[in-house]
Amino acid sequence: MNTAPAMPAPPAPMRPRRRALAPLEPVSPRAQWLLGLGFFVLFFTVWGIFTLGGYVSPTFLASPVTMAREGWLLFTEFNFIHDIGMTVWRVFGGFALATLIAVPLGIAMGAHKGIEAFLEPFVSFCRYLPASAFIPLLILWAGIGEMQKVLVIFIGSVFQILLMVAVSVGSARKDLVEAAYTLGAQPSGIVKRVLIPGAAPEIAEILRLVLGWAWTYVIVAELIGSSSGIGHMITDSQSLLNTGQIIFGIIVIGLIGLISDFAFKALNRRLFAWSSL
Amino acid sequence: MEFPVKNQLSIRGVSRVFVSPKGQKTQALTPVDFEVRENDFVTILGPSGCGKSTLLRIVAGLDHPTTGTVLLDGNKVEGPGADRGMVFQSYTLFPWLSIEQNIRFGLRERGMPEAQQKERADYFIAKVGLRGFEHHFPKQLSGGMQQRTAIARALANDPKILLLDEPFGALDNQTRVLMQELLLGIWESAQKTVLFVTHDIDEAIFMANRVAVFSARPGRIKTELAVNFPHPRHYTIKTSPEFMAIKAQLTEEIRAESMAADLH
Repeated sequence: MNTAPAMPAPPAPMRPRRRALAPLEPVSPRAQWLLGLGFFVLFFTVWGIFTLGGYVSPTFLASPVTMAREGWLLFTEFNFIHDIGMTVWRVFGGFALATLIAVPLGIAMGAHKGIEAFLEPFVSFCRYLPASAFIPLLILWAGIGEMQKVLVIFIGSVFQILLMVAVSVGSARKDLVEAAYTLGAQPSGIVKRVLIPGAAPEIAEILRLVLGWAWTYVIVAELIGSSSGIGHMITDSQSLLNTGQIIFGIIVIGLIGLISDFAFKALNRRLFAWSSL
Repeated sequence: MEFPVKNQLSIRGVSRVFVSPKGQKTQALTPVDFEVRENDFVTILGPSGCGKSTLLRIVAGLDHPTTGTVLLDGNKVEGPGADRGMVFQSYTLFPWLSIEQNIRFGLRERGMPEAQQKERADYFIAKVGLRGFEHHFPKQLSGGMQQRTAIARALANDPKILLLDEPFGALDNQTRVLMQELLLGIWESAQKTVLFVTHDIDEAIFMANRVAVFSARPGRIKTELAVNFPHPRHYTIKTSPEFMAIKAQLTEEIRAESMAADLH
């Protein structure tokens, strides 16, 4: 009888203290917090060393201390809260408009292959057009008022949402659709009571993702031809060589993005508890 | 004494050829003729991939026959509808609806008043032993409980015929046996025409009044066998000599088909 070739002895079992380095090994919530915070601390420390230590000219990069002071001045002297309000308004205005149009249309595309075949090539093409490239054209059409900024956000978001919603709805579970048919559902009932509720958590996640992108467009929109907003403040500070204000502006954008993202995530978890079971 | 029973479901010359995108043809079903009487419990037994599920899907209206027709109470089946309830092998409860809302799904689709929906759902929740789980989501339940809900969901709709496509195939053996008794108990207490597809010989015999054995692909009905154990049936009949004799016969039939399928 043949015998299998000899195997080398298996390696000794892993020692427990090295478990934390094993792939996919979870970390405790406390460690997660500390690690996340740790990077911010590291970042500010390195920044502080370079600027306060005199390795970088203050003309090019303000120190964290200057940044904080300039930030304070922005709020007390320059009514920065108004700029923040304007920017937030533009983002949410453009984003809401895009959502209002793209979500129903995306659902229609995902649910009906004919509509998808009709629109998908055009939308895919539009998706690659950079929203910022439309700014000159939009200024021509809509002037340099609020409408132009809102439209930049709209163009930047609408095609992304459209395509991702269509994919999400189109990838609905076939067996659920069939089950609904055998329970007597009509095509409109399938869309309303199977496809939409099934895709809803994913649609909410898509919106959260695209809202993040919308923030990047708004600043670009505000860099050109505007008299308010965080982006406008940043251009202003650039001409005054005030890097402290620029950095503060960038950090504020990051913070607002982070807060809206957290809020969105929390809302999605509440609304769609079933999907995270 | 024979009651004048009518054939409720008539499958006439139904065949199915699948054509791949490259144009390659696969004959899944050779023309099948089959009749199911009202309130009969018929199991279709066959090796996997023999086309028995295809036949059931055609009866459900989820697939279309290449030739032939399916008649339900004399009306041609053109598509899926609430008159043919179906339970699938995969878990097909709507994950965003509670157990109770899942059972009410079909009732809601037909526009039944809410109070009546609740009353009916409540009755079937009790019937499948899910009291206390009404407000759970499907994912919070075991596989067996999910399939019980699926059965209740199909029955709540009061279909003329209940189609089951290996509904217990994904369950562990102990659960499967309990589910068989539960379903048989429901059938014994409330008569309903049932067409049940399975590859499990014990299941096919225990549940059925009639077993139709499918051949290997391309599928056709090879043998039909009446199972005359009285109702209500107790699981102990599974060890009776009569049961064993039928099982031995069917095992032989299925074995030949499985081997034929393997050689293909």
